[in-house]
Amino acid sequence: MNWITNYVRPRINSIFSRREVPENLWQKCDECGTMLFHRELAENLNVCTQCGHHMNISPRARFTGLFDGGVFVEVDVPEPVADPLHFRDQKKYPDRMKAAQKGSGEKEAMLVATGEIGRTPIVAAAQDFSFMGGSMGMYVGNAIIAAAQEAVKLKRPLILFSAAGGARMQEGILSLMQMPRSTVAVQMLKEAGLPYIVVLTHPTTGGVTASYAMLGDVHIAEPNALICFAGPRVIEQTIRETLPEGFQRAEYLLDHGMLDRVVKRTDLRDELITITRMLMKLPPVVRGELPAPAVKADEPAAEKTAAPKPTESKAAAKS
Amino acid sequence: MTQYLDFEKPLAEIEGKAEELRALARANAEMDVAEEAAALDAKAAKLLDELYKDLTPWRKCQVARHPDRPHCRDYIERLFTEYTPLAGDRNFADDLAVMGGLARFKDRPVMVIGHEKGSDTKSRIAHNFGMARPEGYRKAVRLMEMASRFGLPVVTLIDTAGAYPGKGAEERGQSEAIARSTEMCLKIGVPLVSVVIGEGGSGGAVAFATANRVAMLEHSIYSVISPEGCASILWKNAEKMREAAVALRLTAQDLLKLGVIDRVIAEPRGGAHRDKRKAMDAVGDAITAMLKDLDGKDGTALIKDRRQKFLDLGTKGLAA
Repeated sequence: MNWITNYVRPRINSIFSRREVPENLWQKCDECGTMLFHRELAENLNVCTQCGHHMNISPRARFTGLFDGGVFVEVDVPEPVADPLHFRDQKKYPDRMKAAQKGSGEKEAMLVATGEIGRTPIVAAAQDFSFMGGSMGMYVGNAIIAAAQEAVKLKRPLILFSAAGGARMQEGILSLMQMPRSTVAVQMLKEAGLPYIVVLTHPTTGGVTASYAMLGDVHIAEPNALICFAGPRVIEQTIRETLPEGFQRAEYLLDHGMLDRVVKRTDLRDELITITRMLMKLPPVVRGELPAPAVKADEPAAEKTAAPKPTESKAAAKS
Repeated sequence: MTQYLDFEKPLAEIEGKAEELRALARANAEMDVAEEAAALDAKAAKLLDELYKDLTPWRKCQVARHPDRPHCRDYIERLFTEYTPLAGDRNFADDLAVMGGLARFKDRPVMVIGHEKGSDTKSRIAHNFGMARPEGYRKAVRLMEMASRFGLPVVTLIDTAGAYPGKGAEERGQSEAIARSTEMCLKIGVPLVSVVIGEGGSGGAVAFATANRVAMLEHSIYSVISPEGCASILWKNAEKMREAAVALRLTAQDLLKLGVIDRVIAEPRGGAHRDKRKAMDAVGDAITAMLKDLDGKDGTALIKDRRQKFLDLGTKGLAA
């Protein structure tokens, strides 16, 4: 939980890696095909500036846009046993893990952090779809439990961004057991009287939907996100008919009573601030330019020396 | 009429021959085949022993899905008295893939809930092959909550390929229904014991099996995904189900090692379907033992026991 290793270093790394790959300057929208300038796209939180299509966003990028001044402190997640089943399909599980770690620059498929949004202290957890499809294994289960415990300890709401193809097959039954484990985490929050808000992002499917993603006090989804238990392909094979347009998409789930709201990613931060502040019985948020937050007293003293420069924040202009 | 699995072909031949001999003898009173038939029987028994001694994970899947394997309804008839089915989710429908209600287990009133697959074409369709829709899970939630309020232990019998992947099921919130059922399992202040009697298929099984104690029949399976499904995703070839079944560690023996289940119930020679009564009575003994384990614990302790069990899960790998 060191501010320098967890926050400064990745940022520095990302600056350098960006310079090394100039071909990443442009990205094509998966939906409308428009070539989008990388920086512009990142500033718009990976939402296409042409058609409004929501592309995947890494937990780190999401948190940078979400938290005041882009400042957050990572919460430690207990490391589970590596490759508990000695799983091997066409590749060995540890090899798949290494490839995923290299590809994403992250340790695992979920990131947990504490920080403030519109001066509202929260704990946030976000799932990384780019890491083995965001799949829920023991680490993700541990991350959700750690997030809930941190929220209970600090008496803060938990906001969870789900994104996953489902359970991680390479951990077999132990990945399935994350359904009850994550449910226990949700119960900890409910018993402590703390809000648990789920933001369902594209895609949220399988065992993830059938556990912590559907147990929130408030369910918000990003537009057009696929949210389901069984995927459309499986259903088409079972019932042998073509599914209607928009089936299992966020708007469809909203119509069928499974969600409270469908909110654009660019409006999400304001909406989360409004909802959490009401549920926490805090006064309305002060809108306008605010300096980046000062370092909290409850954080380790070492971090004070590395207080963020307000100029570094792009979120200050957003709030 | 016994239904043979593909790996039981040699056995089918021997048993067939013995049957033929006996039929001949019945038609012809002068023939004495007793000795020969007995020899064949002995040979068959020996072969059966050999076949079932070390079943591969895929063969266990086949046995777990055997059409003659005793189902939830059979267990309820044999092990419980005064079974009074309770129907409906009070919302949309009654899902016959899940059966449940009040019953007495050794005179003690309990709530029994399980997946029912059906036993012939007609009943299989009626029970949707044991694949529940949201209404099934919501019925279970209702029954568990009721049991908790009246202080009745809950016994669940798991036997499902998984939750039903259908259009209506998705529309009516299949994921939410499963999540709520798992949540209710963790909430009730009464003993909750589960037995996987056949297939423990993914979320559809977890929804009932998040219990204080979980037992599995020796040749039943419990897995995050079917071997065929896993093979088609990771091997890009559903025919690789044998390999997938090995990799997934879905057997009762492996799950005991991983600490996911608490006990393995031995099956009669040749699997539960070859001696249903014996198999069902063994399950009855396991339920008795598991309930006894939980005797004397109050509601708070039972909830704590259950939660802690799942929080602690996964600290053990197979390495040891």
